[in-house]
This record gives sequence, C-alpha cells and structure tokens, in this order.
Amino acid sequence: MDDAGLSTVLFAMIAGAIRVSTPFLFVSLGECLTEKSGRINLGLEGTLVFGAMSAYAISYETGSPWLGVLVAGFAGMMFGALHGYICKLPKVNDIAIGIALMLFGTGLAFFFGKAYIQPAAPRLPSIPLGWWSDNPQIRQVMDVNPLFLVGAVLAVAMWWAFKNTRLGLVVRTTGDSAPAALALGVNVNLVRFLATAAGGFLAGVGGSFLSLFYPGSWTEGLSSGQGLMAVALVIFSRWNPLACFGAALLFGAAGALGPALQSIGISRGYHFFNAAPYLMTLAIMILSISPKRSLKGAPGELSITK
Amino acid sequence: MFTRKFDRRTILKGAGIGALGLSTGLSSILPARAAGLTIGILYVGPRDDFGWNQAHAVAAAALKQVPDVTVIEEENVPETISVAQSMESMINLDGASLIFATSFGYYKPFVLDMAAKFPDVKFRHAAPLWTEGDPANAGSYFGYLDQAHYVDGIAAGLSTTTNKLGFVAAKPIGTVLRNINSFAIGVKKVNPAATVQVIFTGEWSMPVREAEAANALIDAGCDVLTCHVDGPKVVIETAEGRGVKTCGHNASQAPLAPKGFITGAEYKWETIYKDYAAKVAAGEDLPNFIGGGFDKDFVQSTPYGAGASPEAIAAADAAREEVKAGKPIFVGPVKKQDGTDLVAAGASLDNYDPALDQTDYLIEGVVGSIT
Repeated sequence: MDDAGLSTVLFAMIAGAIRVSTPFLFVSLGECLTEKSGRINLGLEGTLVFGAMSAYAISYETGSPWLGVLVAGFAGMMFGALHGYICKLPKVNDIAIGIALMLFGTGLAFFFGKAYIQPAAPRLPSIPLGWWSDNPQIRQVMDVNPLFLVGAVLAVAMWWAFKNTRLGLVVRTTGDSAPAALALGVNVNLVRFLATAAGGFLAGVGGSFLSLFYPGSWTEGLSSGQGLMAVALVIFSRWNPLACFGAALLFGAAGALGPALQSIGISRGYHFFNAAPYLMTLAIMILSISPKRSLKGAPGELSITK
Repeated sequence: MFTRKFDRRTILKGAGIGALGLSTGLSSILPARAAGLTIGILYVGPRDDFGWNQAHAVAAAALKQVPDVTVIEEENVPETISVAQSMESMINLDGASLIFATSFGYYKPFVLDMAAKFPDVKFRHAAPLWTEGDPANAGSYFGYLDQAHYVDGIAAGLSTTTNKLGFVAAKPIGTVLRNINSFAIGVKKVNPAATVQVIFTGEWSMPVREAEAANALIDAGCDVLTCHVDGPKVVIETAEGRGVKTCGHNASQAPLAPKGFITGAEYKWETIYKDYAAKVAAGEDLPNFIGGGFDKDFVQSTPYGAGASPEAIAAADAAREEVKAGKPIFVGPVKKQDGTDLVAAGASLDNYDPALDQTDYLIEGVVGSIT
C-alpha cells in the first residue's frame, strides 16, 4: 500500500466513523443507562428497527423528519417501558425478555413498514461543518448530522451526570446493589423502569438516524445487527458513556474498512475486511472475559455478573 | 397469591397466542379457490424492494389482469424448509397448479422435492438450474440481464468525465460477474480509456455497507455508479445525493434519482409469466427451460432519465437493436484480468453461449478481485 492509498483508507475510515457511528452511539448510550441501573435490555435491536420504521413513516406522512425522530424516540420508549415493566415481575429473566422484544420489535416494524418501503420520505438536514476546506471530499465528510453532535454532547453529559449528580448516584446505586438502594429509600423497580424506558428512547432515536439520514431509506434489511453490536460495545467501553462515544466511532471506522480497501484496489480477502466490525465484537468479548473475576466496572446487579 | 399468579400467566399466555395469531393469521387470510388457473408466486424478500422481488411482483400484477388467472403471492419466504411448506399450502389449500419459485436457493432441494411429491403441479424456478433428469414437471426460466447491463455500459461510458465507473456488487457468483463483464465491455466499447471499479459487499442486502461502498467509489473518483444487489435503492439514492450519475438494476429506480439517472437494466418477467399462463390455459406443455434477453422481450432498459445525454441515448438505442438482432457482446479481443484470452481477436462468443453461464472471472479493465 503506497502513501496515497494509505491516506485514502484512513480518510475513508474517519469519514465512515462520522457517517456510521451515530446509531451505535445512541443505542450504546441507551444500553449503558439501562445496564447502569442493573438490567440488560437485549431488545434494543428491535427497538432500533422499529424506530427506523416509525421515523420514516412519520417523516413521510407529515413531511417533518424531526417529528419522525421524536416519534421514533417515543416508540422506543414504549418498548423500553414494556421491558422495564415485565422485568419487574418476579422470576422474569431480563435477557429472555430482551430477545423476545427484539423479535417483536423487528416483526412489528416489518408489519407496519410494508407501505413505506416505496415512498421517499424527507430526510434529516445536515450541518455543513466543512466550510473551512476547499476539498470537496472533506466538505462531504463534514456534512454532519445534528444527531451525531447531540449524541456526542449526550455522552459527555451522561458521563458527568453519573459522576456528579444525585440522579446519577441513584442509578449507579440501584445497579450496583439493590439492597443498598433500598436502604437509601430508593424505589429500585421504578429507577430501572425509567432507565430502561429512557434507554429505549435513545435506541429509537438511533434507529431514526438509519432511515432518515444514513443510509437514509427504510428497507427490511436496514439494520445489520447494529443494535446487538451496541450491547457488546457497552461492555467494551466498561459502562462509561465517554468510552461509548469512542467505541462507536471505532465500530463505524471498522465498517468502512472493507469498502475503502476495495476502492483503492486492495480487494483480496474483502470478506475478511467486511467482517471487521463483527470480528471486533468477537475479539472484544474474548478479551474481556475472565473466569476469575467479574468485569471491571460492571454494575454488580447485572444478571450476567451476578 | 396463587390466583394472582395464575391470572397473570393466563394473560401472558393469551397475549402470546394473540400476538402469534396476529402475525400468522393476517398474512395468510385464505382466498377462495378460483375456477380457472391458480398460480402461486414465492418471493425471498419484500415485494417492493426496488429490485429483484419487485421485478417479479410487477410481472405478477400484470398476470392478475389475465382473465381466469388467480395469483397468490407470499413474500419474505426464506430459502429453508419454509419454502416447501409455503408451496405445499399453496397447492393444498389454494389449489395452485403452477408455482413460480423466484429465489435461487429455492430450487435444490425444495422445488425438486415438491415436484416429485405433486406430479400434477408444475413448478418453474427463476434461474437456469433445471437439467435433464430433474422432474419433468419442474423447470427453469431466466432473463439474461447482462444484455441490458451491456447497453447500460454503452450509455455510462459516454457519461463519465473521470473515466472511472463504479459497480457495487453483492456476491462474486456467475450471474453477477457476467453482468459486471458485460457492463465493462459496453463501457470500453465507447470509451476505451475508462475502467470499471467493483466493490463486493458480500451480502445480497446490506444497506449500510452498500452506502459505504457507494461513497468509497465516489471518493475514489467514480462519477457513474451502477450495482447488482437485491435492492439498489440505497446505492442509487446515495449517488444521487452526491451528484453522481447512476444506472439501475433489476427494476426501475428512475424515481429515486431525478437528476442523475441514465438508464437501467430491468427484467421483464411479465413476458414469461403471461406466456406460461397462456400455454397452461391452452392445455399445452410448458418448456422445461426458457431463457432470453432483448430478443425475446425478457429484459428491458429503463426509460432514460435526466442524466442521459442525447449522445448516450443514441448509442444505447443502437446497441440495444444490435443485441436484439443477435449481434454478440463478447467480441474479441477480450482478455481476463490475468491477461489470458477469453475471446481471441477476430472471434466472438454468442450471447447465449453456455460458457458464459460459468463466468468465474472478471475481464481486463475491471478493477477489483473476486476472492
């Protein structure tokens, strides 16, 4: 690989990170919040797909993509609330409910989404942050979606809030030790219910990015497991919202690797490069397990760590 | 305590059964048996994917207009045992006597098994897979879309200014490679300096990666894009968004790219389906294999969009007439990527030469690798 090729690939990976990372970011922030409260919601893949469908449908019907984003968020919140409510019941396994909701969300989205595959809905606008450059490619890459910026700010805000606010402390306590939270007079179930609902909201918004910005249309194969990968990403980032942001960028860049290498003529073994995000998920899982200790930074109440 | 638990379980159970009923019940509301010919069509994906399945669904809609023909459709049927179950229910419950199985992986073993089980029902499969020795009531039909991709290539070669054209391809199988090669031959015929750059996504449908591939090709300097993936919507829309011209694939994508659409390679299954229906109605035997291109009206070009220059339109129209008249596309010298001769100088390959069905190479002038 010569220098020009290398810089093309690096450029494409940075561009890919900015373009592709937003759904990862929102889903992983949502999952981070839910897991911090002591529950795992594996259903976010379904929430993501349903969010994508509902955002596209609302944008098409009303002409307002932002309304679509909002509706996707609320639809996601409903799924989160459902998960939160069912898991409150005794002897219910949150992982099993998550998988059920994942299938339910995707199925429901396909069912209602039939009518919206054909029409073209108004898409979200982008903010041209590339005004400083004369290079059209850079300008193209820097046409950033506002949701990406919102996600970045949200990551910092959540990181700060977990550390410094009473609310953050309540969520963390609930996630680390339910008895301690009870002793403090915290309603554990309510906190988890709200955290899961809020997490669903974020995942729904992440889905709206897929259908309304990039790749920017609703089809049934829209999500290729982003919602599930985001769950792995939370573990990778050790339940730290700031690290979630970094990990989302990294996953976005990994997804751009395959096409970018082929575009500069390195096309042998493209199957391997195309699989980069999934290989990375697998590698992360392998690297982060140990039979001797629970994961560093893991909330103590999580059913996988208990 | 006991009653409360019991109630909740009953409610959950009821909700579960209700949801199950909702999902299966709604999709299989049974139509009454019709007096005439009932045809069952199975799709692997959604009928309105702007691609492969839509091309079949458009033909199915045309078939519904034929008197005494009832068409029953089922979409999103995976290439598993469920396709056998779907075919069986179409035959037993709806009285279908002709089945169109439209996805590659339906044939073996599902169509073959069902054909053996129901000797009175006719099965036709949309890929050139039927061979001598397979059940006589089974068969294949196929449109040679590479002819239309060749015409696309002619128009695209005259539309590029950077002399780089991009092709987003799903998997390196024979039909895909053949389309790429024919497209490249069209391009090189009118613009010998141009190259066609291929990116394989590895999946029939993978929207995010298709968008990434389209962006990567545009970043590499390509100013005309085409594709062979199940649903070309994402590639065409991404290219349009970046001000790059496009050629379509499978079905009409013209509405997706009002500024940059040139033309596209489309199937016209309608010709085949109507022909089958007419033959069955007349009591004639169906051929076990039919295939064709422009000459038999099995493929067509999408009407030109705003991206087509008058020059490109004239050249593409001329090329289409030539192919329709039987003029070969693969006219030597054509070399494979490794430099060996595919067609020697002075020789040519017929458009239906069986050797082309076995395409496992890319030709010179195509940038990209199969493995």
